[in-house]
Amino acid sequence: MKLTQISVFLENRKGRLYDVCSLLGKTGINIRALTIAETESFGVLRIVVDKSDLAIQTLRKNNFVANLTDVVAIEVGDKPGGLAEILRVFADNDVNVEYMYGFVEKFSDNALLVFRFEDTDRAAKILADKGVKVVTRREIEGL
Amino acid sequence: MDVPFWNREIETADRSRLETIQLERLRETLSWALKTPFYQKQLRQAKISSADDIRSLADLRKIPFTTKDDLRLNFPRGLLAVDMKDVVRIHSSSGTTGIPTVIYYSKEDINNWADLMARSIFATGASSADVFQNMMTYGMFTGGLGMHYGAERVGMAVIPIGGGNTKRQIKTMKDFRTTVVHVTPSYLLHVHTKLEEFDIKREELALKKAFTGAEPHSEDVRKKIEQLWNIDAYNSYGLSELNGPGVAFECVYKNDMHLWEDGYIVEIIDPDTGEPVRDGDSGEVVLTNLIRRATPMLRYRTRDLAYLHTDPCPCGRTHRRLSRIMGRTDDMLIINGINLFPSQIEEVVMRIPEVATNYIIQVEKRGDLDHLTVKVEIYPKLFLGDPSQLEALKGRITEELRSAIILHPSVELHEPNSLPVSEGKAKRVIDLRPKE
Repeated sequence: MKLTQISVFLENRKGRLYDVCSLLGKTGINIRALTIAETESFGVLRIVVDKSDLAIQTLRKNNFVANLTDVVAIEVGDKPGGLAEILRVFADNDVNVEYMYGFVEKFSDNALLVFRFEDTDRAAKILADKGVKVVTRREIEGL
Repeated sequence: MDVPFWNREIETADRSRLETIQLERLRETLSWALKTPFYQKQLRQAKISSADDIRSLADLRKIPFTTKDDLRLNFPRGLLAVDMKDVVRIHSSSGTTGIPTVIYYSKEDINNWADLMARSIFATGASSADVFQNMMTYGMFTGGLGMHYGAERVGMAVIPIGGGNTKRQIKTMKDFRTTVVHVTPSYLLHVHTKLEEFDIKREELALKKAFTGAEPHSEDVRKKIEQLWNIDAYNSYGLSELNGPGVAFECVYKNDMHLWEDGYIVEIIDPDTGEPVRDGDSGEVVLTNLIRRATPMLRYRTRDLAYLHTDPCPCGRTHRRLSRIMGRTDDMLIINGINLFPSQIEEVVMRIPEVATNYIIQVEKRGDLDHLTVKVEIYPKLFLGDPSQLEALKGRITEELRSAIILHPSVELHEPNSLPVSEGKAKRVIDLRPKE
């Protein structure tokens, strides 16, 4: 159910995002989803990749400050109201979303979204109960 | 030019008279010093056990130097020479490595200091007719209160406004027709840039003179101040180890600062050898305080670099003139008039577990004011992947620095091993301010 997101601290320096992406590219790691949380003086890159173990090892070996976070990827109907439908499930069940962002690609007609919850285990259970389609680790690796 | 004197007899006394006063007061100071645990030990090692061991001014050189470290290591009472019931004032500086320094003053000490301060103020032509806005920080820093007492003694109308709050400074200047200010040069320049913003014209102000101090500045900065404000600016020198402001002050001729030699003995030494430099050469300023009993101070190494003029001043004063401060022999930074040692910053950042071992202190000019940036590397294992955690960390470092060093720095977070390290040894301080 749960996926691994990698967070990378990026200091405010030219070419730093390029450095991360080029390192991952050279190592044969594919980025599935990405977002950047930025402040005025630094940023945090959040990515979901196909080979997360290899990615975190490589990043740390190259002196990047990186950490792992549990997230859940959900298939959402790619139509008006698709996202709202899912968010209503969370609202009704008192599940707090900390942040969310979209995938680069999709493997069906549905859109893919990454969610970070305050309580990942509880959110995952509710999603399973409600029969919401979540993306498995295997699917991410083979996407 | 009209040359006003506060105490003409002393200010124009010939050399031999001054030296007689110096020797007499040095011997007195030595007897007071021998009452303190620190000097007992220090002077015994130099085989000095009473004032009788000092028979001429040349004997001064038998006395060992006193350093800031001595003051720290003997905090809080190692240099206290009188009973606490005779102390009327305590000034203390924040610690550079966790230990502060302290200076005690008796009633007589404050009186002596105020008198030299009054003499200094009077020498610029300021008088009881002036309205004096003291824009220097009050409190534990000697710059505020030291000048205050002298200005009151002169009989000026003293406005004890303290530092900061530019809008209020300008409004106060206007409301009370301030004629003289005491201020750091950078702040006075900054205030000028704000006149327009607060919709006040220079012509609405009555300002005539500024006493500038607490930070080294060049002749060019003085000229800029004088032209922008259309006033006379007088340089001053002092440090709390030697009472505070009023050690040396410019007279109406503004050709460097008369050092009051009946109150202090000045030596200029080679900082490496400790030997005196040739007359007129620059070196480290070493000062002995002749007018303070509660905390005697013998041959204090100021770490300031300067020289003494050898030619007489047209004002007729015989007290020699100290040049502008040309630099420091240690790594102390002066930022908007506040003294800062890099070790003070190190102490704060190293206390925070999320910070790795490397950091950089950067100082630059933003407008007329100095700006301090502290760059730290974060410790990778404590990064949780959350920007709000980092923002909170940044806020915490800023707050801890602010309370430790009074200044308000910007804090930047950096990746490990990203800050420059030169020749294996970390270069911690980058000072981008234009060299004068």
